[in-house]
Amino acid sequence: MSPAPLLPSQPLLAQPLLAVSDLDIRLPRGADRQLAVTGVSFELREGEILCVVGESGSGKSVLSSAIMGAVAKGLAIERGRVLFRGDDIVTMPESERRRLRGNRIAMVFQEPMAALNPAIKVGAQVEEVLLLHARSSPGERRAKALSLLASTHLPDPARIHDSYPHQLSGGQCQRVVIAMALAMNPAVLIADEPTSALDVTTQAQVLRLFRELKDVHRHGVLFITHDFGVVAEVADRVAVMQAGRMVEIGETRQVLDDPRHPYTRQLIAAVPRAAAKPVLASVEGPPAIELTHLSKIYQMGERRVVALSDVSLSLAKGHTLGIVGESGSGKSTLAKLAVRLVAATSGAIRIGDVDFGSLAGGALKAARRKIQMIFQDPYGSLNPRHRVGPIIARAATLGGLKSAEARERAKQLLSLVGLAPEAYDRKPEQFSGGQRQRIGIARALAMNPEVVLADECVSALDVSVQKQVLKLIADLQSQLGITLLFITHDLRVAAQVSDFIAVMRKGELVEFGPATEVLVTPRHAYTQELLGAAPGRAWLPK
Amino acid sequence: MRLLAAALRSPAAVLGLAIVAVFLFVSLFAPFIAPYDPLKTIAPLQLPGASAPDGGHFWLGTDLLGRDILSRMIYGTRTVLLWSTIATAAAFAAGVLAGLLAGYFQGVTDTVMSFLANTLLSFPVMVLYIIIITSFGASGTNIVVAVGFGSAPVVFRITRALVMDVRERDYVAAAITQGESHLAVMLREILPNVTTPLIADLCLRLGYTAITIGVLGFLGLGLPPPTPDWGSMAAEGKAMAIAFPHMVIFPCVAISLLMLGLSLLSDGLREAAKRQVRT
Repeated sequence: MSPAPLLPSQPLLAQPLLAVSDLDIRLPRGADRQLAVTGVSFELREGEILCVVGESGSGKSVLSSAIMGAVAKGLAIERGRVLFRGDDIVTMPESERRRLRGNRIAMVFQEPMAALNPAIKVGAQVEEVLLLHARSSPGERRAKALSLLASTHLPDPARIHDSYPHQLSGGQCQRVVIAMALAMNPAVLIADEPTSALDVTTQAQVLRLFRELKDVHRHGVLFITHDFGVVAEVADRVAVMQAGRMVEIGETRQVLDDPRHPYTRQLIAAVPRAAAKPVLASVEGPPAIELTHLSKIYQMGERRVVALSDVSLSLAKGHTLGIVGESGSGKSTLAKLAVRLVAATSGAIRIGDVDFGSLAGGALKAARRKIQMIFQDPYGSLNPRHRVGPIIARAATLGGLKSAEARERAKQLLSLVGLAPEAYDRKPEQFSGGQRQRIGIARALAMNPEVVLADECVSALDVSVQKQVLKLIADLQSQLGITLLFITHDLRVAAQVSDFIAVMRKGELVEFGPATEVLVTPRHAYTQELLGAAPGRAWLPK
Repeated sequence: MRLLAAALRSPAAVLGLAIVAVFLFVSLFAPFIAPYDPLKTIAPLQLPGASAPDGGHFWLGTDLLGRDILSRMIYGTRTVLLWSTIATAAAFAAGVLAGLLAGYFQGVTDTVMSFLANTLLSFPVMVLYIIIITSFGASGTNIVVAVGFGSAPVVFRITRALVMDVRERDYVAAAITQGESHLAVMLREILPNVTTPLIADLCLRLGYTAITIGVLGFLGLGLPPPTPDWGSMAAEGKAMAIAFPHMVIFPCVAISLLMLGLSLLSDGLREAAKRQVRT
C-alpha cells in the first residue's frame, strides 16, 4: 500500500506513439463556442500515462474521440493532424481507421456497465474482440480470454468468463472492459474517466492496475479525468484543458507543485484537502436531530434486504455531520428515512423537541418544514416546467408565508445564494449545474428549516464550482445557525465541511466521532481503508 | 404551443397539420361549403361530375337515394370530428386520471386499477363495442362509452408508466418534503411533465377513434340514419360498389386522409418532444 511513484522510474523512449498537432474541431452551429478543441498539440510516448484534466465542456472527451478516429455526428475536424506512428488518422481511409480501432488504439469507457452487453457472457465479449481482429481457433480464443482476465487481477477468471455483467461488481466490470481493450495488445490505450463511476476503494485498485499494465506492456495511456487526486496517483505527465485549449502540459510533479497557468492554479486550489476543519465548537445543549435505532428492511418475497441496520446518531444545533460511505452503504436510505420520504421499519427520529418519526397526516405535513433537503442532481431536482422564483416562493408559502411575503422571501433568498434578481422569472434550463444547486439551496432554506440534509449535493459539479457551493453552504450555515447533515462519498469533501464524521458500510454505522479524530486516528479498519484509498493522498496541494 | 412550433420544423408535420386544418375548416363551415342539403333527395345514382337539375354539378356523384355525395361528405366531416373528439376526450379524462392515481400511489391502488385495465384490454375491442351498442342502442353517447372502454385502458397504461418515471424525480421528493399535498404534487409537479408525450398520443388516438367511428357506421352500429357519416355511407354503397365505386371510395379516402394527417402530426410532436428532452 505504498504510494505510487510520481515520476517514472525509467527514462522514457524518445519515439512518440501519438503526435497531435494544431488540432481544431468544430462544434455544430448554436453551440456555446465555435470550436470544441482549439489548436491542441501534444505527444504521447511509449510507456507513459498522460492525464488530460479539465472540467466538463473543456473538450477532453472530443479530443479522445478524434484520436479514435470517430468524432461524434455534427462535429468536424477542421485543421490539424493526429499521427499514430507517423500515419495521419484524420486523412486515412475509414477502412484503415477501423483496423486501428480496438487493435492498435483501444478505449476504456467511463460506465463499465454500459460498455458491456448485458445479454452476453463477459468471456464471449472478450473473445469477440479477438475474433474481429485476428484468426484463431475457439480453444485459443478461450485461453487468451482467460489469460487477459487474469492479467487484470480478476479473481477466478474461469468463473468470471462464464458470468453475465450483472453478476459482477462495478469494479469487476471495469476490469473486464480493460481486458477487452488489452485484447490485441494495443500501443495506445485511451481511458475516458475510467474510475469516476467507481467507489473510492475500487478506484484505488483500478488505478494501481493501470500503472502496472503500463509498466509491463509499455502502452501509451491517454487518461482523461477531472480529479487531480487521480492525476497525482497515476500520471507521468499531465495536460490541462480549458474551453478547448490545452493551457498547460508538463511532468506531473512540476504541474502539481508549480503550476504556471492561472487556470491550473485555480483548479488545484479548488481540490478539497483531506484535512479536517480546524475549529471544533463545543458540543452542548439538546440535539437538533437525533436518530435512534433506525432500521430499514426491504422484504421482497423470500429475500430480505437490510438497507439500514440499527443506526443511532445525534447532532447538536449549528453543527455539521458528514456521513461518508460508498455505494450501497445505506447513506441515501438514511437520508430518505430522516426526511420521511420512506417509512422506517423501526427506530425513532427526533427533530428538536418533536418526535418527527411518529407524526402522520396533517401534523407530519406541518412539521416537514423543520427538515429540508438539498438534492444530488442539479438537473433532476428542479421541476423544468416551473420558473425559479415560484419554485422558491412555493416552498415559502408552504412554510407559512402569505403569497406576497413568499415572493419577497424568494427574492431575498436568490440574492443570498448569489444569483441575480432576473433569475426569478427564468426556467431552470437556463442555469448551469452550479447555479441550479444554488437554487436548490435557496428552496431548502425558504421554509426556515432547523436541519438541512444535503445528499451528495456537490458530487455532480466540477471541482471549481464545487468549491464555490461548499463555501456558500458554510457561509449560510454560520449566518443562519443551521444544523447540517452532509452526505457524501468523498472523504476529502466531508473533511472540509464536517465537525463530526459518521462512516457507513453495508447499512451499518461503523465509526462516528469528531472529524479530527476520525480522520487522524481512525479506529475502524474500514475507515482506515477509505482514507488509504483516497486518490493522491501522497500529494498535498499547497 | 412551443411544442407545436418545434414540431412544424419537420415538413411531414406541416403536411399533417395542413390536412387536419382542411378537415377542421370543412367541418366548421359545412353549411357554407356544401353545395346541397345532405339529406335531400335530388337525383339517384349520378356519376361524379354529372350535371344537377339546378344547373350545378354533382362533383362526387349521388347515392342510391339521390343525395349529393360531396355535401354528405362535408357534413360527415362534422360528425366524425365531433364524435371522435368527444370520445377521445372522455377516454383521456378517465385514462389520465386513473393513470395519475395508480402511478403516484402505486401499491394496492395500482394493482386494482391495472387489473381492471388489463381485464378491459383482454376483451376483444370490437365485441365490446357491439355488446355496448346493441344493448343500449346506437347513439352518440353510446359511441363515446364504447370508445371510452376501448381506449381508456391504453391511455391509462401510458400515463401510469410516464407518472411512475416522473414520480422518482428529485423535484417530486422535494415537494413531498415541503409538505405539499398529494393532489398538489400530482397536479403541480407530475402532470405538467407528462403532458408532452400524452399530446402526441392524443393526436394519434383521435385518428384511431375516427376509424372506429367509421367502422361502427359501416357495421350499422354508428349514429342512427340519416345522419351523414362516412362509415355508413360506405356501407350503403357497398352493394353496388362494382358498378358505382364512387359511393364507397370517397368516404374511405376521407377516413384514410384524416388518419394520415393526424399520424403525421403525432410523429412530428413526438420527435419535437424528444428534442426538447435532449436540450
